[in-house]
Amino acid sequence: MNLFFSLVVIAVLIALPWLLVGAAGLDYLFGVIVPYVALAVFVVGLIMRVLQWARLPVPFRTPTTCGQQKSLPWIKPSRLENPHSTLGVIGRMLLEVLFFRSLFRNTRSELRDSSRLTYFADKWLWAGGLAFHWAFLIVVARHFRFFLEPVPWCVSVMEGLDSFFQVGLPIIYLTDVIIIAALTYLFFRRIINPRLRYISLAADYFPLLLLLGIAVSGVWMRYFDKTDIVGIKELTMGLVTLSPVVPEGISALFFVHLFLVSALLIYFPFSKLVHAGGVFFSPTRNLANNNRVKRHINPWDYPVKVHTYEEYEDEFRDVMKAAEMPLEKE
Amino acid sequence: MYDAGKVILGIVVFLALVTFPLWYNLAGEVSVAAPELEKAEGSQCVQDAEWMRGHHMDLLDDWRDEVVRDGERYFVGPDGQRMEKSLSNTCLSCHVNKDKFCDRCHNYMSVDPYCWDCHVIPKEVM
Repeated sequence: MNLFFSLVVIAVLIALPWLLVGAAGLDYLFGVIVPYVALAVFVVGLIMRVLQWARLPVPFRTPTTCGQQKSLPWIKPSRLENPHSTLGVIGRMLLEVLFFRSLFRNTRSELRDSSRLTYFADKWLWAGGLAFHWAFLIVVARHFRFFLEPVPWCVSVMEGLDSFFQVGLPIIYLTDVIIIAALTYLFFRRIINPRLRYISLAADYFPLLLLLGIAVSGVWMRYFDKTDIVGIKELTMGLVTLSPVVPEGISALFFVHLFLVSALLIYFPFSKLVHAGGVFFSPTRNLANNNRVKRHINPWDYPVKVHTYEEYEDEFRDVMKAAEMPLEKE
Repeated sequence: MYDAGKVILGIVVFLALVTFPLWYNLAGEVSVAAPELEKAEGSQCVQDAEWMRGHHMDLLDDWRDEVVRDGERYFVGPDGQRMEKSLSNTCLSCHVNKDKFCDRCHNYMSVDPYCWDCHVIPKEVM
């Protein structure tokens, strides 16, 4: 049902621009108004989400210890897995954001030999996720050739490396292959494993299908049903310089691609995709484990009357002495 | 708001990234319109302009394979005219200036075709 719902929504998102572009005035709607609205929703929505997170206090460190904590000087601490300094935290965040360190620890449990529960490392999700995210980043960065004039050298260098093997014409980008392969794996992973399918929601299938739709429509436009990309750059340059124009002769496929991207931008701040911003607000990742070094005061604390051990000893010194209990002060 | 400094810094970086194309293009002060192409000298292209705009690379790719692998050197155009399948001799005989025809769009789109790794540009020979 969740899968069916997602498929229907994607089909509608593809059909809308496909059928309506070409009708009077709707080129402007799909080429200019929808992308602007989508970008506004994306930017404002993401900032609102971030401000909402920033309003929540995180008074205590929640150390998820994956390594030796900073302790006695002769015990070697694990600076990245269990950082006690800001520098260590930056290192852990970099590992998390760039290489998905915590997902790398992913394990799977299975009943083996009929009754023996076995845990083993499962790197496939990590590999698929990492492949998708990096390919997506490079694909997005490559698209800056449509948004910048003159095209900066770094974009050209990236394109050169991405088309390194000079296979086919137009030359096939490696990231195009990787992103579709990774998304296909991540999608079928949810379908094939029955337990995973049981817990998968429309909110899990939909983003994967949406991204797959974006990637496939882009690839289709580049390699198969080619269109006038100079016209497309006129449109995108008009959008980013706030003087929008919709040139003639751009195929409906381009508008499908653009509409799916707009849908992604609108969907982004209100879905699980905001983990892009949320990862920076993960208390188990962005706080140093220095609870034993530094006292962290709860911001909503009222003054609590405490009874320290020294006072306790003072109060019961005679009784403790009589019972021959060890005392800090005689 | 907690950690206001860091959060605001993050938001500023995000906004800078999103609006980067706007600043970049405004600072560049170059025309953002599509490049003007030099008019061809001949009257009839091997295919219509609309199709050529999207698919000229397919045509050249096919021509290369047919000439180099199969030895089929001639092509019959839409008006029945027999033409040589040649980038330097056929295409560039009408589109005489590579830098005012090919390069204008290729530079605009940051496309770096490897035609000229092997082919010589006729003007440069002369």
